[in-house]
Amino acid sequence: MATSSTSSRATRALVWLAVIILGFGALIASGVFFDKAGWVPKLALDLEGGTQIILSPQIAAGTTITEEELTQAVGIIRQRVDATGVSEAEVTTQGGTNIVVSIPGTPDQATLDRIRSSAKLEFRAVLVTDATAFVDGVATDISKALAADPKADLTKLGTPSTPATWPAPSADPTNGSDLNWVTPEMYQTYLTSTCDTLDAAGANVADPTKPLVVCSDDQASKYILGPVEVDGTMVSNASANYLSGANGVLTNEWGVYLTFNSAGRQAFSDVTARLTTLTGALNQFAIVLDGKVISAPRTLAAIPDGKPVISGSFTELSARALADQLKFGALPIGFEVQSSDTVTPTLGVAQLESGLLAGAIGLLLVVVYAIFQYRALASVTIGSLGIAAVLTFVVISYLSQANGYRLSLAGVAGLIVSIGITADSFIVYFERVRDELREGRTLVSAVESGWKRAIRTILVSGAVNFLAAIVLFALAVGNVRGFAFTLGVTTVVDLLIVVLFTHPILQLLARTRFFSSGHPWSGLDGSALGAVYRGRGEFRIDPTVSKGKREKVSREASKRQSIAERKAAEHGGEL
Amino acid sequence: MSSMTRFGNRLYTGETSINFIGRRVMWYILSGTIIVLSVALTTLRGGFTFGIEFRGGSEFQVSNPASVDTAIAEKTVLDGVGVTAAPKISIVGGSSVRVQTDQLTTEQTDALRAALATAYKVPVEKVTSSFIGASWGSDITGQALRALGIFLVLVSIVMALYFRTWKMSVAAIVAVVHDLVITAAVYGALGLEVTPAAVIGLLTILGYSLYDTVVVFDKIRENTSVAYDESKRTFADSVNLAVNQTLVRSINTSIVAALPVSSILFIGSMLLGAGTLRDIALSLFVGIICGAYSTIFIAAPLYAQLREGESELTKQGRKVRTEIVRNASGAVR
Repeated sequence: MATSSTSSRATRALVWLAVIILGFGALIASGVFFDKAGWVPKLALDLEGGTQIILSPQIAAGTTITEEELTQAVGIIRQRVDATGVSEAEVTTQGGTNIVVSIPGTPDQATLDRIRSSAKLEFRAVLVTDATAFVDGVATDISKALAADPKADLTKLGTPSTPATWPAPSADPTNGSDLNWVTPEMYQTYLTSTCDTLDAAGANVADPTKPLVVCSDDQASKYILGPVEVDGTMVSNASANYLSGANGVLTNEWGVYLTFNSAGRQAFSDVTARLTTLTGALNQFAIVLDGKVISAPRTLAAIPDGKPVISGSFTELSARALADQLKFGALPIGFEVQSSDTVTPTLGVAQLESGLLAGAIGLLLVVVYAIFQYRALASVTIGSLGIAAVLTFVVISYLSQANGYRLSLAGVAGLIVSIGITADSFIVYFERVRDELREGRTLVSAVESGWKRAIRTILVSGAVNFLAAIVLFALAVGNVRGFAFTLGVTTVVDLLIVVLFTHPILQLLARTRFFSSGHPWSGLDGSALGAVYRGRGEFRIDPTVSKGKREKVSREASKRQSIAERKAAEHGGEL
Repeated sequence: MSSMTRFGNRLYTGETSINFIGRRVMWYILSGTIIVLSVALTTLRGGFTFGIEFRGGSEFQVSNPASVDTAIAEKTVLDGVGVTAAPKISIVGGSSVRVQTDQLTTEQTDALRAALATAYKVPVEKVTSSFIGASWGSDITGQALRALGIFLVLVSIVMALYFRTWKMSVAAIVAVVHDLVITAAVYGALGLEVTPAAVIGLLTILGYSLYDTVVVFDKIRENTSVAYDESKRTFADSVNLAVNQTLVRSINTSIVAALPVSSILFIGSMLLGAGTLRDIALSLFVGIICGAYSTIFIAAPLYAQLREGESELTKQGRKVRTEIVRNASGAVR
């Protein structure tokens, strides 16, 4: 009765294990079927090949970056990466402060630059431009006007125009729209540079108090801009919406609505008041993001309330993108590249193959050692390790699908190391069962009582490992996390396997003739284990051992008796 | 019957008993000597040798060149772009050449990349360039150390609750710190490069070492939880018996844990050369051996020593000891 209930409990445990494995299998299959995901876990860059860029925020000492700021930064960086047309790029956060950009393959310099550049937003007055989009009136040739009268009021001239040279400044510039900012050298740079060279020259790190030669972000136009008058830290909000028409009715044109803080409101009010009085290029102000003019609208009126609307040829998408950029660009933090690491696909494959090879050899060595130590019992170890491997694989595949987990080389190392830790639970268990056999128990009861003791040890040591994994995963960054993750997964898998596979199988095997008869090859051979304890207070002593040793053993053994056993022995078997 | 099984039997009955606890001063001196020697060697070498992840710098990798002769790279770097410090050149993955230099400017990077491509006769796309900020490695380590501290506090609480005595926590933590110090010192003394992967290995040791200690302590708890008044053994003897009884397990476990790690170490060093696998495996390998040693030779004796200071147990110990002496002289028989 008891026997059959134990067997059925064991069988039930095995069924549960099968259900768990098949359940994960089904989840993966549905992922493959519905989401076109893969059967196998996705690989991290060090195995797949690709470039990983880690950006860390530049923050003042003593301050921290908030979760929200980080999420916004991830948003803008993702936008930038996507805009470069790179597919399957991943932008994630790391350790609550860093941003990790993972790009398959080897990205070109432009892509890298785009990601690396910070989100610096500046408003500068336009001095000279070759952009025609916003210029009203007829283009006048500045060089002709200058030739006729070097002191001609250039602000009254329209642009674009491309004089061959620029006169030296006649006086110190008085405001941001003063053409005296432009030097002949700067003008030459403006004329001769292409947008590529301007970008490379690092317009993004330009001095905000100096004028700047810069390109539009579509590389279609070049600008000479005055010094920064309003910057991104002054934008408190930006949103995209339809523009309202003259009578307050919304038109179907898109615009970007900005809100400045009080400092920005004042500064912007001053600038716009000045710009409305000017004409031509000088009427425009440029919105510069990361050293590129993203928009250079005309100033139609002074804006005192700090809530300007930028109109232009926006679509819903481009308006929202600009609003996002302005909002995100207004972040008080820039990011710097902490590391940029490229792994070629060839090396990735070589590392993965070596990792798998090392795993296979490690597994083989463990199996050989187990057979050497535990004979037929090793089959339980091998079976358990096999099932553990299957369960780990499905769990990791599933997490890869569901949570975007990627297996890295450090993760692979974690998996290989876990072979030893998993096998250890079996060793603890088997050694306990052997201890019970040494006490003279039958195999079936030795398995039960050995299990009761072993599971405590396995649980508490598993808890220690799991705690290590959780703390490392929560607090550490980078590869350490990948490693901690696999360590945690394999610890849980280990516990599941011991409870739902190793123990039930041993319960069932204990009932087979081969094991219960203590076959010399079973690994649970009572006589080999010197089942010394034959009954209450009686010990079978190996006749080959010396007399002195025999006495020592019996003394030791009597110490090991429980109180009840000792009392029973004293009463000479009255019980 | 394997000799290990017979050994296990003798240890279990007490027929064979290795006096781990009694000779504790010897083990303490041994560990102390190893630690002092390795720290001294590390200091003599001028501290740890840190990897590029900690120093910061530029790294180039030439994939699958016709020849993996490192002399070509050395010549290219020194001739080409005005890099004065000797570059570190190694072969990774068996078929790629890795060049590490001090941090280069963008122009120098591009120039060196092109020069390497020409020298190794591969298209320039086959040469990748990476740059690692000096703060990266220290950031990772800083976070890891913080995690380490928090983990040690948490795990001592968990162990104190489970074993119902803080003394086991103290003994286990001392053993873990012992393992971490020795493993780190092996890196320092041998002048091996400390990389983030080595740090990962080091962190795993603490999980493993504690795991090993917990298994043995669980047996000690079992052996010493019998009412002391009834026990005929001193506390130290009970601890010693527990260590002896779990010795076969400790040996088996350490071998089984060390086997896959040595496999990674071998494959990592032979096939891949310098890299993540080798670095993780090396610190783990040292750590596993240390962890097995420290559980038996440091944690258990230390625990016995901590507990022997307790008055109740001391009394009990004296009583048992006199009884044993009487037994031996045959007076009571």
